[in-house]
Amino acid sequence: MNFTRRQMLMLLPAAAIAWESVMAGTPEASPNYAMTDHWWGMLIDISKCIGCGNCVRACATENNVPDGYFRTWVERYHVSDDNLVSPVVDSPNGGKDGFPPRLESGGKDFFVPKMCNHCADSPCTQVCPVGATFITPDGVVLVDKKYCIGCRYCIQACPYGCRFLNPKTQTAEKCTLCYHRITKGLTTACCEACPTGARQLADLKNPKDPIHEFLRTHNVQVLKPYLATGAKLFYNDLDGSVR
Amino acid sequence: MSRFKDVEHLLRVAAVFAVGIALFVAVRAILVPRSFGEYGHYRGNAIAEIAAQPVVFAGHQTCEACHSDVAEVKSKGKHATVNCEACHGALAKHADDPGTVQPPKLDTALLCVRCHEVNGARPKNFPQIVAKEHDPAEVPCEACHQPHSPLMGLEAKP
Repeated sequence: MNFTRRQMLMLLPAAAIAWESVMAGTPEASPNYAMTDHWWGMLIDISKCIGCGNCVRACATENNVPDGYFRTWVERYHVSDDNLVSPVVDSPNGGKDGFPPRLESGGKDFFVPKMCNHCADSPCTQVCPVGATFITPDGVVLVDKKYCIGCRYCIQACPYGCRFLNPKTQTAEKCTLCYHRITKGLTTACCEACPTGARQLADLKNPKDPIHEFLRTHNVQVLKPYLATGAKLFYNDLDGSVR
Repeated sequence: MSRFKDVEHLLRVAAVFAVGIALFVAVRAILVPRSFGEYGHYRGNAIAEIAAQPVVFAGHQTCEACHSDVAEVKSKGKHATVNCEACHGALAKHADDPGTVQPPKLDTALLCVRCHEVNGARPKNFPQIVAKEHDPAEVPCEACHQPHSPLMGLEAKP
């Protein structure tokens, strides 16, 4: 390529403007959304979950989750009558294809949907050496895949096992609480697909959100509260054997 | 000036340091994205990039904007709380372009039992059947139950 001096002089400002736009990144996707007005969490009502796997399939469809990896999954617990502390847990393909009926009788069985707890004081964001994972001002834990170096620290740090390394991009991946949906006023894909309302997106900063009334009037727990992660995935009717 | 007679080598080292620091500051200013540190120790623009991901499930509000007749039937039946895309699948593409993108035909033989086949771990009050006993002739579910309002003998039949 041969440039004249004139062409070069015309090209340079154009290149400068292009570089500027690269540095500035993509523009704000949802102009009407103010991050400071929200503090997101989710309510999971165990007594409503039927283990159909709709949430797992919806999440995979919405977020293009690779096969065999899960941003959300459903576990089936079997607690026998004489051993309340060692439940038998199974989750065939994350519950994506449903659950075959269990043959043995006795004890109790129930489903526990799991996903990122979007902890307010999350261990995963604290261990990231490059600032690739973080909690947004509206309380959603996200991964910046352009910054992630795939060191897997966060995957080990998550006490709930909610992260995985995407085999294609080799970056850490996790539930985004459908950030691209909730910032547009939609609910998450899993909540949208849940037929029984066992999953409810909750905005803890919105005084009109039914979550407040629900938390006051029900026996709601979070997973592993002794870790003081500030988990915002609230479980109603959670059995004590669930880990 | 005799006091500073032998400082030349120090000045050289100082100059090397000064150039090095200036270079570091300059390179850092170029390499660190401008939005880094906007909200915390991360790239602020990453938030908008993640929020820009396309939506795949349109959401029941979008469906009901056109299919208000179905929403009306459904709101009175047992499936009132079941959102459209729970059964019909993700259809944002159909909502964007209803003319060319048609929703796939559904197979009730697969769909209904996904929720209603008996399973010991399901809540006891949830309606469940053993498909082989309930429907040994494998009659399609919708022959008796209208999926949008599934109780039999109701006025909400098709």
